[in-house]
Amino acid sequence: MDWNLLVTQLMNGLQLGLLLFLLASGLTLIFGIMDFINLSHGSFYMIGAYFCGTVVAKSGSFITGVIVGLIGVFAVGALVEWLIARKLYRKDHLDHVLVTFGLILIFDTLVHLLWGASGMAIPLPDVLNGQLSFAGLVLPTYRLLIIVAGLLVAAVLFILVTKTRLGMLVRAGASNRTMVEALGVNIDRLFLVVFALGAAMAGLAGMLIAPITEASIGMGNDIIIVAFVVVIVGGIGSVKGAFYAALIIGLIDTLSRSYLDQLLTLTMPDNYAETAAPALSAMLIYILMAAVLAFRPQGLFPIAGMK
Amino acid sequence: MFRLPANLSGRSYALLLAILALAPFILEWANQPFYLDLLSRALILGIAAISLNLILGFGGMISLGHAAYIGIGAYCVGIPSYYDYYSGWLHLALALSVSAIFALVTGAISLRTKGVYFIMITMAFSQMVFFTFLSMEEYGADDGLVIYSRSEFPEWLSMDSGVSLYYWVFAMLLLSLMFTHRLVHARFGRVIVGSRFNEQRMQALGFNTYRYRLTCYVISAMMCSVAGMLFGNFAGFISPDIMGWTRSGELIFMVIIGGVATFFGPLVGTIVFVLLEEFLSAITVYWHLIFGVMLVALVLFGKGGIHGWLSSWDRKDADYG
Repeated sequence: MDWNLLVTQLMNGLQLGLLLFLLASGLTLIFGIMDFINLSHGSFYMIGAYFCGTVVAKSGSFITGVIVGLIGVFAVGALVEWLIARKLYRKDHLDHVLVTFGLILIFDTLVHLLWGASGMAIPLPDVLNGQLSFAGLVLPTYRLLIIVAGLLVAAVLFILVTKTRLGMLVRAGASNRTMVEALGVNIDRLFLVVFALGAAMAGLAGMLIAPITEASIGMGNDIIIVAFVVVIVGGIGSVKGAFYAALIIGLIDTLSRSYLDQLLTLTMPDNYAETAAPALSAMLIYILMAAVLAFRPQGLFPIAGMK
Repeated sequence: MFRLPANLSGRSYALLLAILALAPFILEWANQPFYLDLLSRALILGIAAISLNLILGFGGMISLGHAAYIGIGAYCVGIPSYYDYYSGWLHLALALSVSAIFALVTGAISLRTKGVYFIMITMAFSQMVFFTFLSMEEYGADDGLVIYSRSEFPEWLSMDSGVSLYYWVFAMLLLSLMFTHRLVHARFGRVIVGSRFNEQRMQALGFNTYRYRLTCYVISAMMCSVAGMLFGNFAGFISPDIMGWTRSGELIFMVIIGGVATFFGPLVGTIVFVLLEEFLSAITVYWHLIFGVMLVALVLFGKGGIHGWLSSWDRKDADYG
C-alpha cells in the first residue's frame, strides 16, 4: 500500500469535507431558521471566487483578496436577503425554488457580463505554493492551509453559535421560530445577519478552492447539491451535524474514487471492477443519503426540539 | 376556490392543437424547415413538462429531478443503438421499464419525506443519475454519445424524416394530454388532488395516500421517459448535460409560466420558453439574465402564468388560480 497516496487522499477528503462544511453550515441555518430553500447559495461560492480573484489581480495580495472578497459577498448576501428572500419566507417552497433558480441565472450571467466567459485563475503567493515535508510525507502547503482555515472557521462558528447571544437566538430560531418572534426579538435583523454570514462562508469556500480549480461560471451549481446532501445527512438546522456530515461525505467521496476499484477487484473480475467502480463511487454519497432518510429521516445529528 | 379544470376544449387551445397538427404543412409552405425542428423540440419538452405537472401541479410533489427521466429515456435509445440494437419497440419498452423501476425505488424513499426534503431528495437522486452517466467512459461520459440512426419502427410508423418524427412527437403529446385528463378526472386523480390539499382527510377516508402518490410518481416518470426517448431520436446526440439539475429547474419554469395544474399550461409554457430562448439567444448572449429576471418577477408579481391571462378572455377553460 502506498502511504503517501493514502495520506494525500485523506487530505483531499478532509479538504473537500471542510469546503462542504463552509457551504452547508450557511445552508443548514437558512433552512432551519427561515425554512427557506436557497438554490442560489452556490452563486455566493462563485461570486466569492471572482471578487477575491479580482482583488488579488489588482493588489497582488491573496490575504487582501480574501478579506475584501468576504466583505463583498457579505454585502451581496445581505442585499439578496433584503431585496428578495425576505419577501418569500412565508410563501411556499415552490416559489423559493423558482426565485432562487432565477437568481442563479442572473448571477451566472452577471459574472459572464463583468468577467467574461472564460475562467479566472488566481495566483498564489510563493509561500503557499510550496510543499512541506513531514516524516517522509510530502504535503502541499496550500491544501494544508485550506484545512487549517476550514477548521478555524468551524471553531469560530461553533463558539459563535454556542457562546454568544446571536448564536443563542440562532439556535432558538432553528428549533422554534414562532417562539423567538413572540419574545420580541428583531427577527428581520437576525435573518439578515444569518443569511449574509452564510453567504460569506460560501464565498470563503469559493475563494479557497479557486486557486486550485480557478474561478468559473456555474462553479457552484454542482457542489451545492452535495452541500444539500450534507444538510440532509447532518440534520436540517444543525451546524454540528453539518460539520460531521461534511467530513464523512468529503472522505467517502474522495476515498471511494481512488480505492473502490481495488476493493471491487476482490469480489469481481478486473474489467468489471474498472467499469463499475467510477459509477458506484459517483452514487455512494446519494446512497448514504437515501439510507439516512430511510432509517433516520431527521438526520444523523438533529437539533433538539426541531419539529 | 379550487375546482378541477372543466373541459379540454377551450377555444384557444383547440386552435393551438389545430395549428400544431398542421404545422409541418404551414412551415413547408412558408419554406421554414428550421422552425419544424424548433417546434419538435418544444413539443418533446412539452411532454416532459406535462408529466412533471402531473406530480407537481396536481399532486403537489415538487420534484427538482425530473430531467433525470429525460436522460434515462434518451440513454435507453443511445445505449442499445451503441450495440447495434435499433428496434424502436425495444427502445420504448426499455425507456418505460427502466424509468418505472428507478422511479419506484427512488420514489418509495423520497415520498417518505415532505416539503423541503422531497425537493432536495429528488434533486439528489437526479444528480446521482447524472454523475453515473458522467462516469461511464464506455458510453462517452461527458463527451456524450452519438446516435447514428433513429429507432426502427414498421414502415408506416417510421420516424426517419423530420416530418414523421414531428408527428410521432405530436401523437405522443396528444396521448399524454388525454391520459393526464382522464387520470385527473378519475377517482385516482381525485385522491391525488385531494391529498395535495388535505392529506389527513384523505387518509381518514381510508385512502393509502402514500401508494397513490407513488403510483402517480411512477406514471409521471414513465411519461417523461417517452419524452427522453423522443429526444434521443430527435437530437441524435445525447450527453449527461440533458439531465443536469438545472434542466429540471427549467422544466419547473416551463410548467409555471404556462400555469400549474392546468392541462394545457405546461405545453403553452414550454412553447413560450423554447421560442423565447431561441429569439433572445439570437439577440444577446446574456439572455439568461432576462430569463432570471422574468422568473423572479413572475413569483413576486405574477399569478397563474400565461394560462391565467389567457383564461381571462377564454372563460370556458377556466381552471383554479
